[in-house]
Amino acid sequence: MSEGLQRLQGFLEMDFVQNAVIVGVLIAFCSSLLGVTLVLKRLSFIGSGLSHVSFGTTTIVAAIVMIIGYDSQFDNNIFYVLPVTILCSVLLLLSGPNSKIKGDSALAMISVGALAVGYLFMNIFSKSANLSGDVCKVLFGSTAILTLKPETVSVCIVLSLLVTAVFILFYNKIFAITFDEDFSSATGIKSKIYNLLLAVIIAVIIVLAMNLVGALLVSALVVFPALTAMRLFKSFRAVTICSVVVSVVCAALGILISMLPEKGTPIGSTIVAVDIAVFAVFSIIGFVNQRLRTL
Amino acid sequence: MAQLSCNNLSVGYEGKAVVTDISFTVNAGDYLCILGENGSGKSTLMKTILRLKSPMSGNIESGDGLLPNEIGYLPQQTVVQKDFPASVREVVLSGCLNGCGLRPFYNRKEKQLAAENMERLGISDLSIRCYRELSGGQQQRALLARALCATRKILLLDEPTAGLDPNATLEMYDLIADLNKSGTSIIMISHDLVNSAKHASHILHIGKQSVLFSGTMSDYIKSDIGRRFVDFMGGESA
Repeated sequence: MSEGLQRLQGFLEMDFVQNAVIVGVLIAFCSSLLGVTLVLKRLSFIGSGLSHVSFGTTTIVAAIVMIIGYDSQFDNNIFYVLPVTILCSVLLLLSGPNSKIKGDSALAMISVGALAVGYLFMNIFSKSANLSGDVCKVLFGSTAILTLKPETVSVCIVLSLLVTAVFILFYNKIFAITFDEDFSSATGIKSKIYNLLLAVIIAVIIVLAMNLVGALLVSALVVFPALTAMRLFKSFRAVTICSVVVSVVCAALGILISMLPEKGTPIGSTIVAVDIAVFAVFSIIGFVNQRLRTL
Repeated sequence: MAQLSCNNLSVGYEGKAVVTDISFTVNAGDYLCILGENGSGKSTLMKTILRLKSPMSGNIESGDGLLPNEIGYLPQQTVVQKDFPASVREVVLSGCLNGCGLRPFYNRKEKQLAAENMERLGISDLSIRCYRELSGGQQQRALLARALCATRKILLLDEPTAGLDPNATLEMYDLIADLNKSGTSIIMISHDLVNSAKHASHILHIGKQSVLFSGTMSDYIKSDIGRRFVDFMGGESA
């Protein structure tokens, strides 16, 4: 164990590890902000859906680049992934209850469709010797966060700050349209515009979070902190604050724990495992609390 | 000029009209009760009045100093609200949002208004309680307080007593009557003929596809359809 701690100390002195911790914590912070809203709007799976879209986009763009003649890696380039993801997010969130294909089936379609097309393109066009390794990296984000380029780090920081600022400025509006969209529209709140804003923020968060935990685990990062906080807290503000704290603590712990063993554990899965553990603890406390009150 | 007037309004969805040729006016202080069977298009009419839907034909005008977004609304409970973590205060305060414009946070005046409305509806002691843990009657009071934060002029109530027990139902109707006496115009949807029409000054009775009656309460009692209703009410109280 002390050997592990020593290794951890060594790691923490390295630049790229410090970067990873900073970016990881920021991403965890942002992704938990909208968790409550997504859970309540029955959109918990939008994280998975959108992250598959960005996976699909990544591979298709990489294939196109290769056909044109560039030699490109399947890295997750924010600059073209983000617009496509935002577009899909807007389509999903604004389709509303009256569209021909309902929310959850639309989500399923886009999500698995993008996944299939992405993997197909990857197989046809990849020159990489380690295809399954590449796929695994995208899906589970195994080491992606440790290999972030400096410009990706700055983009992550800027986007996280932006998301946080927008969330704080529109906190009351987000609350109102989540709680009762009809009432808000009827009393003159531009619900459509705020839903659009919400869709954009969600897309940004998902693309950011993919760097940390990979495409398959993004939903966990969005949903777990919110559900955990909802075990114990009763007001929107308390739940939001608690889920942010839980998310940040879990991400930091997860990143650190993943460096303890000699071979290291995959960062994304470790973070989600910590999330699950904290959720279990909160559930038990909530249950005991309720029992005590009824006694 | 009337606060709200609907002229030859037809409402419906997906291109199909549910009710056609609706005309009525609401003046300041009126208490209009919209009666009709389930599925007769009452809620569609309400959504149209609230401008959540556009009318299929005809028009809705607001006047007497009433702006289109000054209508308070008490909706039916949605699924989302059943497990929404929100304190009563947060819910009530969200009614003040239409006065905020682009200002991100509530100011002292709005917080004061929310506190007054909670006081008025007797839920001040519940302000930090969780909305989803309240009883049905308390939840309706919270939503009513929220509607009052949005406006004092006119309230639209969609089946305000759905799912309440008999006691809470009576209390709710008294509360609404009190609000009406203090000058708030009321438009209420109901299929509970007996209680809801007691306090009403005007009736709009919708049948299948068409309006059966639109006018004052006293004319309604004299009309054919109204007489049937009076008999019904007489039978009930005997």
